[in-house]
Amino acid sequence: MSAPAGDLALRVERIVDVTPSVRGFVLRPADGGGLPSYAPGSHLVVACGDRRNAYSLTGEGHAPDSYAISVLHRPDGQGGSAWLHGVRPGQVLRCGRPRDAFAPVATARHHLLIAGGIGITPFLSHLWAARRWGRRVSVLYAVGAGAPVPHHAELTALAGDGLRILRGRAAMQAAMDQALRTQALGTHLYVCGPDGLMDSALALARGHGWPDERCHAERFGGVDAAEGAPFTVRLRRTGRDIAVAADASLLDALAAAGVEWPAMCRRGVCGECRMDNAAGTILHRDLVLSPAERAAQSCLMPCVSRAEGVLSLDL
Amino acid sequence: MVQTMSDPVRAACIRRFPWPFTGDRYAYSANVEPAPGARRTLVGEWGRTILDPDETYAAELAERRDILARDPSRHVELPHMRAASWDALLWGLRELAATDPAMTLDRQGDGHVWTNRRLGTRQAFRYGDDASLPMGPLMFLGSQIQEDIVLLDQREDRLWADAGCVTFASNWSMAFTAGMSFMEIHGPVPRDFADGAIPRAERFLIRLPAGQAYRRINWTSTAGYRLDTALDSYADWGASRARMADCDDFADVFHMRVEVQHLVRLPESGAIVFLIRTYLLPLADILTVPGWRTQFASVLTHLPDDIIQYKGLATLRPRLLAHLG
Ligand code: HEM
Repeated sequence: MSAPAGDLALRVERIVDVTPSVRGFVLRPADGGGLPSYAPGSHLVVACGDRRNAYSLTGEGHAPDSYAISVLHRPDGQGGSAWLHGVRPGQVLRCGRPRDAFAPVATARHHLLIAGGIGITPFLSHLWAARRWGRRVSVLYAVGAGAPVPHHAELTALAGDGLRILRGRAAMQAAMDQALRTQALGTHLYVCGPDGLMDSALALARGHGWPDERCHAERFGGVDAAEGAPFTVRLRRTGRDIAVAADASLLDALAAAGVEWPAMCRRGVCGECRMDNAAGTILHRDLVLSPAERAAQSCLMPCVSRAEGVLSLDL
Repeated sequence: MVQTMSDPVRAACIRRFPWPFTGDRYAYSANVEPAPGARRTLVGEWGRTILDPDETYAAELAERRDILARDPSRHVELPHMRAASWDALLWGLRELAATDPAMTLDRQGDGHVWTNRRLGTRQAFRYGDDASLPMGPLMFLGSQIQEDIVLLDQREDRLWADAGCVTFASNWSMAFTAGMSFMEIHGPVPRDFADGAIPRAERFLIRLPAGQAYRRINWTSTAGYRLDTALDSYADWGASRARMADCDDFADVFHMRVEVQHLVRLPESGAIVFLIRTYLLPLADILTVPGWRTQFASVLTHLPDDIIQYKGLATLRPRLLAHLG
């Protein structure tokens, strides 16, 4: 059975200074193998010391020989970027497979990309793909007055006349207002950048009558943890305690402890692995149970759902 | 087309048949599982690979080519699916090359070369360049794999069947389905809405990460060894279906039709490729496996009426049970 896509071990081949505060990392498979293609707007989850951070892949997604990410040094951040800024060429990073959550909408007639600061990174792969498939794109990019423009040459080469660089809030606000007022029907909006910029872009769009389905926003820092906090299961019939680690499912932990339990999809959709007569604070993550069943807190799908503290099972 | 098979091919078809029942009851469910993975049956095994180029490979592809020549509407591609079609082609050829040693996909300069020694095909192409192939990328993939192909675009938090190359549909039509949402497509399926399996399956697919593959199995029946039972060719096969209830050679005419369906999130376009591989086994062959006999009889006995109706088994059930008993 092919396991869910495994993690990638990527060696830092090169480090480049994109700007004085943004460092670019070029990564290749440590084992010399190939890399998966990825969709425009995809990000890579990188283990940074004891943290896991998400960084947009900035290259072309088609059959890449290497991956590239650009990391802004955030002295006031939670340590992930500082850790990466200490990494040297040759070092191997543990990464997830590319995840796609900010892809262009294939039916759009035009794509309006609005970025601020380091928020430009997911749009580089958008622009690469747009060039390959002949998609129409324009970019509004806000950069602080006097600050260097990350990836300026690449942006110019890919977006050409479609690129506008705006210096300062007022200029950006006016450009966004104008663009969102005049865009033809069938345009989709994508925004990525500081919260303030994203909020104003989305508010302007709403004000100009853009339906939500045509507005797409990528907020940084929100890596969706597939795993969760560790907890303990207590098997009532045998009195055994089994620890469920942060990166293991309850089902896996049971199997590792020699407890067989039927399962099929392992994704919380088929309902095969349902467990009844459970007691504890259950964190439901399945698609099967009804709201009433969830609220009862006595049954769960152990392939995806977890618990807080101790979960008691009728086993 | 009614196919005559040599005895060894027929024996192989029984051994490799993806028998759809695991217990003595059948109910609709979101029956998806990770793929690939070998599954043992009472007489053999299936599912070790996603694509399954078997003894019928060349014959089925020749049949697909004839059907497409007769009825080009079996292939549909809305304009926004171009990137997804190329993505599907590259994924499919890679998968096929990894499955069958008679096939290879090589990088050559900024392009690829596909070699298929089973069909005698050698084709160079450049990714994304439609002019570099003799036909569209999805059609080309359809000329190399036995599976029917549907591509689903994901937008507005839903899935849309916006492209496909489907010649062996079981009582539906790709041309009619093109552009429909997952929920619209499954409108005719009974019970599912009440049980919620269809909306649940869609939620699951929407969350499916890039590069992952799942499969499910579906079963129905067909009169004769006939792959093309699309609605588009109903005039050719509808009557034979109606005659099945009182034909003389029922055990040779009634075929169990099993579809092994794979669902894969393509890496670059984010589209989902839905592959449908159709296997047909005559009742006469089912009767040779005692365990299958009793299982099928039990499933038929307990199947709720609406599913019996939907699967077109209402008039056939008594005859089937008489043979199986
Ligand atoms: C996990 C995903 C899916 C599930 C659980 C599912 C489930 C089902 C079920 C239970 C049926 C009734 C079949 C029978 O009893 O003979 C059905 C029919 C059908 N399905 Fe799906 N399906 C899935 C994915 C898809 C996809 C991706 C397509 C894309 C084209 C599709 C197209 C159809 C069609 C065309 C029918 C025939 C409907 C009719 O009677 O007109 N299915 N499906």
